[in-house]
Amino acid sequence: MANFYTDNPDLKHHLTHPLMEKIVALKERNYTDAEKFDYAPLDYADAQDSYDKVLEIVGEICGDIIAPNAEDVDHQGPRVENGRVIYADKTKENLDACRKAGLMGMAMPRRFGGLNFPITPYIMAADIVSRADTGFENLWGLQDCAETIYEFADEEQKAKFIPRVCKGETMSMDLTEPDAGSDLQSVMLKATEQPDGTWLLNGVKRFITNGDSDIHLVLARSEAGTKDGRGLSMFIYDKNDGGVNVRRIENKMGIKGSPTCELTYKNAKAVLCGSRRMGLIKYVMALMNGARLGIAAQSVGVSELAYREALAYAKDRKQFGKAIIEFPAVYEMLSVMKAKLDASRSLLYACARYVDIYKIYDDLAKERTLAPEERKESKYYSRLADALTPLAKGMGSEYCNQNAYDCIQIHGGSGFMKDYACERLYRDARITSIYEGTTQLQVVAAIRHVTTGTYLNLIKEYASEEVKPELQALKDRLAAMTERYAKAVETVTSVDDTAYGDFMARRLVEMAGCIVMSYLLLLDANRNDSFKRSAEVYANLAQTEVTKHSDFIANFNPAEVALYKVD
Amino acid sequence: MNLNIIVLAKQVPDTRNVGKDAMKEDGTINRAALPAIFNPEDLNALEQALRLKDSNPGSTVTLLTMGLPRASEIIREAIYRGADGGIVLTDRTLGGADTLATSYSLAQAVKKFGKYDIILGGRQAIDGDTAQVGPQIAEKLGIPQITYAEEILDLSDGHVTVKRRLENGVETVKAPLPCVVTVNGSAPDCRPRNAMRVQKFKYAASPSEAAKLSDERKALLEKRPYLNLQEWSAAYVDADPAQIGLPGSPTKVKAIENVVFTAKDCRVLTDNDAEIEDLVKELITNHTIG
Repeated sequence: MANFYTDNPDLKHHLTHPLMEKIVALKERNYTDAEKFDYAPLDYADAQDSYDKVLEIVGEICGDIIAPNAEDVDHQGPRVENGRVIYADKTKENLDACRKAGLMGMAMPRRFGGLNFPITPYIMAADIVSRADTGFENLWGLQDCAETIYEFADEEQKAKFIPRVCKGETMSMDLTEPDAGSDLQSVMLKATEQPDGTWLLNGVKRFITNGDSDIHLVLARSEAGTKDGRGLSMFIYDKNDGGVNVRRIENKMGIKGSPTCELTYKNAKAVLCGSRRMGLIKYVMALMNGARLGIAAQSVGVSELAYREALAYAKDRKQFGKAIIEFPAVYEMLSVMKAKLDASRSLLYACARYVDIYKIYDDLAKERTLAPEERKESKYYSRLADALTPLAKGMGSEYCNQNAYDCIQIHGGSGFMKDYACERLYRDARITSIYEGTTQLQVVAAIRHVTTGTYLNLIKEYASEEVKPELQALKDRLAAMTERYAKAVETVTSVDDTAYGDFMARRLVEMAGCIVMSYLLLLDANRNDSFKRSAEVYANLAQTEVTKHSDFIANFNPAEVALYKVD
Repeated sequence: MNLNIIVLAKQVPDTRNVGKDAMKEDGTINRAALPAIFNPEDLNALEQALRLKDSNPGSTVTLLTMGLPRASEIIREAIYRGADGGIVLTDRTLGGADTLATSYSLAQAVKKFGKYDIILGGRQAIDGDTAQVGPQIAEKLGIPQITYAEEILDLSDGHVTVKRRLENGVETVKAPLPCVVTVNGSAPDCRPRNAMRVQKFKYAASPSEAAKLSDERKALLEKRPYLNLQEWSAAYVDADPAQIGLPGSPTKVKAIENVVFTAKDCRVLTDNDAEIEDLVKELITNHTIG
């Protein structure tokens, strides 16, 4: 009888952030849907009540079904028979519960059978599901792909595919190939147009999560003879049409319940989604941003579980006549774990809110012309979302790995055995900083927001908010950290040397991330006393990191980069 | 086949999560300290009903419960999971009912309901643990009963085939409809609440709840008739005042004491009259009853 939503009051704190009122009013078109749909909210309070009630269902299914199934799923895993994936028995049970609860297509509009949830409560569900079973979060979270169909496909395709997703059909995004991983421009899967306007796909894809899904989004080369990203288009493949088989599934270290497939396409019939040649440069970029936010949520879910498992063990385990939580070496680890968890969660939901606003404006722009101030606002939030997504994914996934590591450390020798959930967690965590773009690639996406000042402007904006007197000292420390950051940015950007800039990029991005998260926790603490401890503990950590990086940068001669170059 | 399915359910204190303050000093249940929940085995029964509805589109599932007006909470809960509606049988005169008075009152409500094909209910409620109400209702309605049901295997040609979970195995039995089936906790868990249905029905209210609502919410109930839950009184179901509530209950609470079980196993009797008579005599002699 566990409920992973109601047992975690931090979630409601983020769900009821002051900016949500604006987001929900925009998303619900000032609550006009209530006339057309009997389950649409009547006003803001009603919408919040609905999110609360639905997340309670998510929390209950996670606590009572998905989490208790996780160990079995990890042991049994999926298998391939005759080119088809057969999920672990308990995975089927999990999916069945999510379907019956109507938790598929949560963010899709009501006219397609969705719940029309903003991204923020949807991402919250992902956070909760990931805590229950990280691998299952992938299968459930791939409903995200419906967003790409909604944004870029034509009306007929939307009407055909989105209601199926809302009823519980699963999705996959078929991007990676044996020779096209981080570098998707090299995708070779061949798409050939047929006289009837449909396309035939031929080739191989690799590392495809849930590759035997019902509805696939496929990146393929539609322009014969091209070699770069401009020759790639996006296609929708319907499993009912046949032509795609699973050759094998990977034997992975973690997230074992989530089948990672190698796919062969033999004259697989597909339809073009959106415009030709826009596959990589527009649609995959949008798809990836959504997926990265999903991995950020997945990471926070893992961090949450790692903290809880470690805390429970530290309270229970007695050594030298007392519970190990009494020892400073252990309680420091626990409070730092909690601070990293809280910081990455605050960043996750700040990012989700920004994504919500600009996406809703994008959608509104299809119905009517946006007013100039709306366009300005949309652009502003779109930029913030673009800046915070790689931070949330990059730093959130690193923190979740650190928390999984510390969780085992607190368990001591027992943590190294297969008897506790922490070893599964440790294996599951490892992929989060790799897929949907490694941490190193998140830095590449984030660095321009360091150099163009997006982060610094956002930090200044956070700093302009008034805080309670007892938080003023903390706020002053953050201002000092910001100065060090600004100085480090200046030092690096004043040198015209690409290799040096790339070399320092991760340090600058991490400094920005630490300060942004420190401010977010400060504002959380200003709204809710329960965040005060984490705000202080995280600021200590952030200050150490910022000082470390700024010292390194200040004492580093750009010519020294050569010292690190390995031949 | 369109079936009319009735599910009998009870709102009970959550005796599975008993804290220190669960009992008052006088030995009675401190209801304020225990959350009121949907009796667990009634949820197993609801799942069986919903499965019948899934395989017989057009069927309706109606929850019937007797209790305080707040019992409409479990009707909403059932609707969230897929039931079509529900009735709360509530009346001051029904208070203090033992199983005999309860089954009489519910049987009267079933008669008022009209045509039904099957009545499902949990084996027993976790507050009383008697397992008597379902079978007594079947007796009062003069229809067959199947207890300890784990799965409804088939429902066709006016018959239902049910797998029963017994102490040492399973038994498959068949009964003509209509009949009462009480469902065991080993049956599949109930499906979760559905997100869309929760949003659609969360403002559903019974007349006594509606009376306390704001004008705005009252207007919503008028605009959306499906949000109005039914509440039936003892008079509405033509209940004989002498057979309901305290007057209709031969069970009288003499004293309440904490008992620590000493016997590890239960005694199993065969169904011959002599053995049952011997047991009753024994219980009277040692003052357990009488």
